[in-house]
Amino acid sequence: MRFSLILPLFLLAASGSALLAGCEGQPYRQGQILYQNFCANCHMDDGSGLQGNIPPLAGSDFLRQNQELIPCIIRYGQEGPIVVNGKTYNNPMAAIPQLSDIEITNIINYINHSWGNDFGYVQFETARQVLKGCEKNRAR
Amino acid sequence: MTNTPKHTAAFFAGALALALLLPSGCRERNLPILNKAREENGQLVYDRIPDFNFISQDSSIVNNATFAGKAYVADFFFTSCPTICPIMARNMLRIYEHFENNDKLLLLSHTIDPKRDSVGRLRQYAENLGVRADKWFFVTGDKDALYGIADDYFNIVIEDPGLPDGFDHSGRFILVDPQRHIRAYCQGTDSTEVEAFIKKIERLLDEI
Repeated sequence: MRFSLILPLFLLAASGSALLAGCEGQPYRQGQILYQNFCANCHMDDGSGLQGNIPPLAGSDFLRQNQELIPCIIRYGQEGPIVVNGKTYNNPMAAIPQLSDIEITNIINYINHSWGNDFGYVQFETARQVLKGCEKNRAR
Repeated sequence: MTNTPKHTAAFFAGALALALLLPSGCRERNLPILNKAREENGQLVYDRIPDFNFISQDSSIVNNATFAGKAYVADFFFTSCPTICPIMARNMLRIYEHFENNDKLLLLSHTIDPKRDSVGRLRQYAENLGVRADKWFFVTGDKDALYGIADDYFNIVIEDPGLPDGFDHSGRFILVDPQRHIRAYCQGTDSTEVEAFIKKIERLLDEI
């Protein structure tokens, strides 16, 4: 009868260690893949951008201070000068209209938590509302 | 076949010849010429980079004479390119930094979007990168001339309004020697290939 006790215990321990291992991996896996496919060409794998021409995301004060703008920039692109870490950048960023609200949320959570960034977690509902807002503004 | 003394002697002679040849074989030979070759009067004649005439970011004329006696790395890009160009620019920047103080190497980036990439816009782009205008030339010119010479540099450039950025182009870096021959190339978006390419540039510069 003792055997019947050991098996569940073993399973419990095994699932526990599997869970722990999962926590050590990349928690923003979809965001990471989407970032590599849609963003890394310009902002680079390490989020450093291109010297003088494309702003960094790693350690970016603009990203940290303008979280409410980011979903709309990803969907609709960016024109005109912006200042990042004291430097002015003035190359247009292309829109990525094919990304869904969830995908944009996942990208933001990836860049908010990569390369030493700790800019907070964005809820899907928050991003969705922001995207609705910029959709309205653009329709006007 | 029996193992006669003759055979044994031949074997040892062969082994000796091989042993003598091997060390020279291990020495790094010069980079090959990669251009197409044809035979003329019993001699191999290789194609060369043809004559060109463009304008650089500081409004100076850039032509074959600009590169006389030097090697250079050529590529094709445009400043508003959202696909492969930023990675290419970053890898070109690595080459630039590696050879910044070596006068034997210059860099030549051609825009494939002469309509939008004016001299002023190229100057801004180069200044933002923080590179010298007499070391890394960003050139514009006649569109047909730019697209035509891309072919000579093993690059394909096609204008395609169906693409998000309007152009389709390959991102190769091309190494040209002072005789206008292509001696090496690599995929400019692949940093591992670019590392090996830098080694090849060093080998070519040793020849000059």
